[in-house]
Amino acid sequence: MYNEKVMDHFMNPRNVGEIEDAEAIGEVGNPICGDIMRMYLKIDNNDIITDVKFKTFGCGSAIATSSMATEMIKGKTVREALRLTNMAVVEALDGLPPAKVHCSVLAERAVKTAIYNYAKERNLTYKELDGFDPNDDHDGHDHDEE
Amino acid sequence: MCTQLYFDYAATTPVKKEVLEEMLPFFNINFGNPSSIYNIGRQGRNALDIARDRVAKTLNSKSEEIFFTGGGSESDNWAIKGVAFANRDKGNHIITSKIEHHAVLHTCEYLEKEGFEITYLDVDKYGLVGVDDLKNAIRDNTILVSIMYANNEIGTIQPIKELAQIAKKSGIIFHTDAVQAYGNEIIDVNDLGVDLLSISAHKIYGPKGVGALYIKKGTKIQQLIHGGGQEKKRRAGTENMPGIVGLGKAAEMAYENIEEHIDRLTRLRDKLIDGIMTKIPYTRLNGHPTKRLPGNVNISFEFIEGESILLSLDMEGIAASSGSACTSGSLGPSHVLAAIGLSHEIAHGSLRLTIGDFTTEDEINYVVEKLQSIVDRLRQISPLYEKVKRGK
Repeated sequence: MYNEKVMDHFMNPRNVGEIEDAEAIGEVGNPICGDIMRMYLKIDNNDIITDVKFKTFGCGSAIATSSMATEMIKGKTVREALRLTNMAVVEALDGLPPAKVHCSVLAERAVKTAIYNYAKERNLTYKELDGFDPNDDHDGHDHDEE
Repeated sequence: MCTQLYFDYAATTPVKKEVLEEMLPFFNINFGNPSSIYNIGRQGRNALDIARDRVAKTLNSKSEEIFFTGGGSESDNWAIKGVAFANRDKGNHIITSKIEHHAVLHTCEYLEKEGFEITYLDVDKYGLVGVDDLKNAIRDNTILVSIMYANNEIGTIQPIKELAQIAKKSGIIFHTDAVQAYGNEIIDVNDLGVDLLSISAHKIYGPKGVGALYIKKGTKIQQLIHGGGQEKKRRAGTENMPGIVGLGKAAEMAYENIEEHIDRLTRLRDKLIDGIMTKIPYTRLNGHPTKRLPGNVNISFEFIEGESILLSLDMEGIAASSGSACTSGSLGPSHVLAAIGLSHEIAHGSLRLTIGDFTTEDEINYVVEKLQSIVDRLRQISPLYEKVKRGK
């Protein structure tokens, strides 16, 4: 079902944990859908993400995409992190089964939500966040299925 | 990952050697059509009679009340649609429960589109249908009650005899889907008082794609498959001879030592339940503690999700399922777990381990040990567990 790379990130997820003094924290998802992702970012004065940690409640692909997303934004600027798309995460994992692609949306939204909260606290604006609403519950799930 | 530990006997079972041996000649040696009059045809007819007698004996029915089908789903479809369409002049109301297999639920939903009215009975927190609830649901136009014998996900065994009695008092036909119970419970159709009962071969170490429907003599039912005159003109199609022979042998073997089988599985089941519940915190047993199939364990692990448990078990060579294997393609939590009142969150973290004739005590110990570390690892990743640890 999942390829080796996905299974590797599921079995040995990178950057699991919490950051006590994180500059940015974002939580997305909803236990009713069966997945919640929380992302912690350490951001320095040059807007560079120096550390990332995550915690995820969810299926194999939710955990694997969380892990991959943290690897992809570590060391990047906030702006670069905001340009992370779920499809880029899926690609980096060498693909996900079609029914599981929606899980990757959660990872993208977790990063964006963390930075959204960070920007709001500090009165910063990032044009990449235009139109982004952290309360928009769109998680890619088809709630009417079955 | 090399040794596969199979904990999904409720999904299907391997065909036993003795069963396979009886089946094999019917592919290429005794391949004759039982409807033909020459020798190998007659041999087929004879084998068909033996298989029917064997199945009838396990249910304490008459041989002529056993009709072979293409499996449990066909038996359920036939029972429900067949009774519905044959008794339309008497009424259009059918009663079933919310925790039936999809072969029953989706058939009822189809009948709703055809103008029938369906009552889906609630179940209690153990998954039991209330006898009074059934009484209260009966109307003047009720023609059929269909309640499963035992649930495929949580293993709860219904009070079928009592439920059937209530239907009988009102002259209503009673069907039970006994696909999971057959081979795991002592079933006497006369004592139970049911009119129709569905069984399947592949749950009792027989082949896939074959089952049977018990139809009590005199039950008004239409045929489902039209065509030739097989099965006393009630189920057309050249008989699946290897399959039917396999079902007959598997049925006979399942009931040879049924008490011993039930005792052994019950002991292993309780060992598995106790092992998990005592060694892993924040767990709950789904289904009834005692009124449950001898091979069924269904447990919810809080703060983690079922698919990630299954994947982790698979990495250890353990095959299990989360909810019903039939719904694994769907993202919604199981309708059975929802019906017993589990929150979506807890339902998502459910694991079904079903054991059978080849399960050993060592395997039980191994699974409990592996589950401990798997659940712990996934909880360490879970933000929900973090909140609990902090005492929120």
